[in-house]
Amino acid sequence: MANVALDPHAAIATTASGVGAALTTADGKPLARALARSQRRARRRAFLLVLPLLAFILVTFVIPIGQMLQRSFYNDGFSRNMPQVSAWFAATERGTDPDEAAWAALAADLTAAAEARTIGMVGTRINYDLSGARSLFTSTGRALRGGLEPPYREALLGINEGWDNPMLWSAMREASRPYTANFYLAALDRTRDEDGRIRQVDERQQVYVMLFMRTFWLSLLITGLTFLLGFPIAHLLATLPMRKSNLLMILVLLPFWTSLLVRTTSWMVLLQQQGVVNDILVWLGVIGHDQRLQMIYNQTGTIIAMTHILLPFMVLPLYSVMRTINPSYVRAARSLGATSWTAFRRVYFPQTLPGLGAGALLVFILAVGYYITPALVGGSSGQLISNMIAMHMTSTLNWSMAAALAALLLASVLVLYWLYDRLVGIDNLKLG
Amino acid sequence: MALPSYASPLERAWHYLYLVICGLIFFFLIAPILVIIPLSFNAEPFFTFTPAMRSLDPEGFSLRWYQSLLTFGMQNPDAEGWAFWADAWTNAHWIKAAKNSIIIGFFATLVATVLGTLAALGLSRPEMPYRRAIMAILISPMIVPLIITATGMFFFYSNPCELLSLVGLEPQCGRLSGTYLGVILAHATLGIPFVIITVTATLVGFDQSLNRAAASLGASPRVTFFRVTMPLILPGVIAGALFAFVTSFDEVVAVLFIAAPEQQTIPRQMWNGIREQISPAILAVATLLVIFSIALLTTVELLRRRSERIRGLTPQ
Repeated sequence: MANVALDPHAAIATTASGVGAALTTADGKPLARALARSQRRARRRAFLLVLPLLAFILVTFVIPIGQMLQRSFYNDGFSRNMPQVSAWFAATERGTDPDEAAWAALAADLTAAAEARTIGMVGTRINYDLSGARSLFTSTGRALRGGLEPPYREALLGINEGWDNPMLWSAMREASRPYTANFYLAALDRTRDEDGRIRQVDERQQVYVMLFMRTFWLSLLITGLTFLLGFPIAHLLATLPMRKSNLLMILVLLPFWTSLLVRTTSWMVLLQQQGVVNDILVWLGVIGHDQRLQMIYNQTGTIIAMTHILLPFMVLPLYSVMRTINPSYVRAARSLGATSWTAFRRVYFPQTLPGLGAGALLVFILAVGYYITPALVGGSSGQLISNMIAMHMTSTLNWSMAAALAALLLASVLVLYWLYDRLVGIDNLKLG
Repeated sequence: MALPSYASPLERAWHYLYLVICGLIFFFLIAPILVIIPLSFNAEPFFTFTPAMRSLDPEGFSLRWYQSLLTFGMQNPDAEGWAFWADAWTNAHWIKAAKNSIIIGFFATLVATVLGTLAALGLSRPEMPYRRAIMAILISPMIVPLIITATGMFFFYSNPCELLSLVGLEPQCGRLSGTYLGVILAHATLGIPFVIITVTATLVGFDQSLNRAAASLGASPRVTFFRVTMPLILPGVIAGALFAFVTSFDEVVAVLFIAAPEQQTIPRQMWNGIREQISPAILAVATLLVIFSIALLTTVELLRRRSERIRGLTPQ
C-alpha cells in the first residue's frame, strides 16, 4: 500500500470548506509541498534503479579508459627513477650545456637505476623520443657494475661515446618532467628539436597523420558504399507488403546476427587468389588463369569486407524511416506533373534523410574504430588507426603512444557520437 | 511494390532493372555466409569448389574437417566409444573453447540483463533526472572503438586496486586479468548497451496506467513488477539478453587483451586459427556458428512478434 500513500492524488482531502483556503493534504500539509516532496521521491526512485548500472559502467569502463588516457600525457618512467638528474634539469634553463654537476647526477642516478633494475624502464622512456637510447642505457648499466670515479663526464664517455649527444640530453630534459605533450606531438608526426621547437619529423617517419587520413577516408568510402547498396534494398523492403518484406528482411538480419569472425573468414576464403571469386572470374573469361586478382590482404579486402559487415547498420535505420513515409506524397507529386525522377528527388528522398543520417553516422562511427577485420584481411595497406594502437600495445610496448593515438581517435568518435545524439537521439537507436 | 498502370515503358524497364539490382545486393549480403557451408564439407584442404564437388561426386565431400575439430588437442583420438568422448570432453581444444564461451557468455549475460533491465526501467520513468546524459554514458560501450575499451581494461584489470589508491587507500588485491571474473565483467560491460536499447524500446509502448491499476488494487511494488510489468516486457528483456549473449559469444578483442590461455573462447581460437594457418577446419566452425545464428535470429523474430501481439500492436 506504500505506493498509494505516495500518490498525491490519492491523499488529497477536498476540504471544500471555503473559497480561497489553500489546498491541503489529509494530514494538513500544503499540497504544493507534498507534491514537490513526492516528485523528489519519484526522481530518487528512478535514479536508484539506474544507479547500480551507472556505477558498474563507471568502474569497469569509464574510469579504466580515463586511466589509460592519462598515460598519453603522464609518464614517470624517467623522472621517478632518475631523481637527481631530473632535479638538475628542473633547476637549469633549456639549452644549458651539461656541467660536471649534471654528469655527476646522471652517473649517480644511472648507478642507482642499474642496481634497482629500473634502468631498462628509463631507457625505454628515452627510446620513445630517440631511437637507440634503450640499448645505450642498458649497456651502460651493465658496464657500471664496478662503480664510477670522477670526472664523471669522461668516465661515462669512456663507457659509451653516445652520452655526448645533444639530442639525448634534450630528450632526457623532456622526460624529466612526468607531464608531457610529446606523445600527442608524435601522434601528429611532430617532434621537438634540440631547442624545444616543434617541427615535422622526417618524411620517411611520417605515419600517423597518413594513417588517420586513411582511416577517415576509408570510413567515408565505406559509408558511401553502404549507402549506395543499402538505399535500394531498404526502399524495396519498405514498399513491399509486410509478409514479403519480412521474408527478405531475414537476408539482412542473418548477416547482422552472424559472428564477425565468420563473416571476415568467409571473405578471406572467397577473395583469395585461389578462392571462389577468382575461380568464377577465370571461368567467365574476365581474367586469364595467370592474372588472378589480389583482392585480399590490401585495401580492397578491407573495403569489401567492412562494407558487407556494416551494411545492415545502414539498412535498418533507413528501412524504419522509409516505412513511415506516406506513399500518397509521391503520387500527389506525379499527379501534379512531376516525372518519377523529380518526384523521387524532390519529394521522396528528402523524407528519407533522418534515416540516412542515422545510418551514415552509425556506420562511420563503427568503421573509424574497426580493428578485427583490417587486422585479418587488410595486409599492410589496409591497416587502420586501431591496428596501430594494438601494435603499440602488444609489440612495441609504447603504451603512452598507444594512449595518445587512442585519445585522438576517441575524441573524434565522441564528437560524432554527440552529433548522433543531437541529430538522431540515442533513444532512437534500433537493433533489428 | 507494384508499378502504377500509367508507368511509361522506360519506367517499366527501370523498375525491372531496379529489382535485379536489389537481387544482386541481397546476393552480396547472403552469399558469403552461405557459401562457406558447402565448402566446409570439402574433402581436400582447399578453399574452393574442387571439380569433384562441382560434379556432386560424393567422393568430393567429407566430414574430415568436423572430425578434425573434435580431435584437435585430444590425447588419444583413436580410442573407441566412451573413452573417445570422455577424452574429447576434457581435452579437445574446440570443446574447451566452447565450454568457456558458454560459461563466460552466460554469466556476462546475467549481469548485463539484470543491471540493464533495472536501469532501463529507471530510464523510462518520466521523472528520471539527467536522462539523456546518463543514457549516453550507458550506451557508450557500443560506440567507443573496441580497441580503446580493451586497452583501458587491460591496464585496469591487471591492477584493479590502483583505482582505490586515487582516494588514498592502498589495499592489496589480485589481478582480474587472466581470470574468468575479469572476462565476464568485460563482456557484461560490452553487452549492456544492447539490453538497454531493446528494453527501453519495449517500454516505450508500455502503458504506465497498468502499474497504477495494480497498485490501486492493492499490489505491492514488487508484486506489481513481477506480475504486471515483467510479463509484458519479457520479450524485450529476452531479446536484449540474446544480444548480450551474442556480443559476448562473438567478442575477441577484449579477450585478447585480458584473458589468459585458460579462458580461450571460440572467437579467440578462431582468431588464432585464422592468423596462423587457416585450414578448412575454420570453415567447419564457421558453419556451426552460422547455424547457431540462424537459431538465434528465429528466436528473436518470434519474440518480436509475440511482443507486438501482447502489447496490442497487431502483427502485420
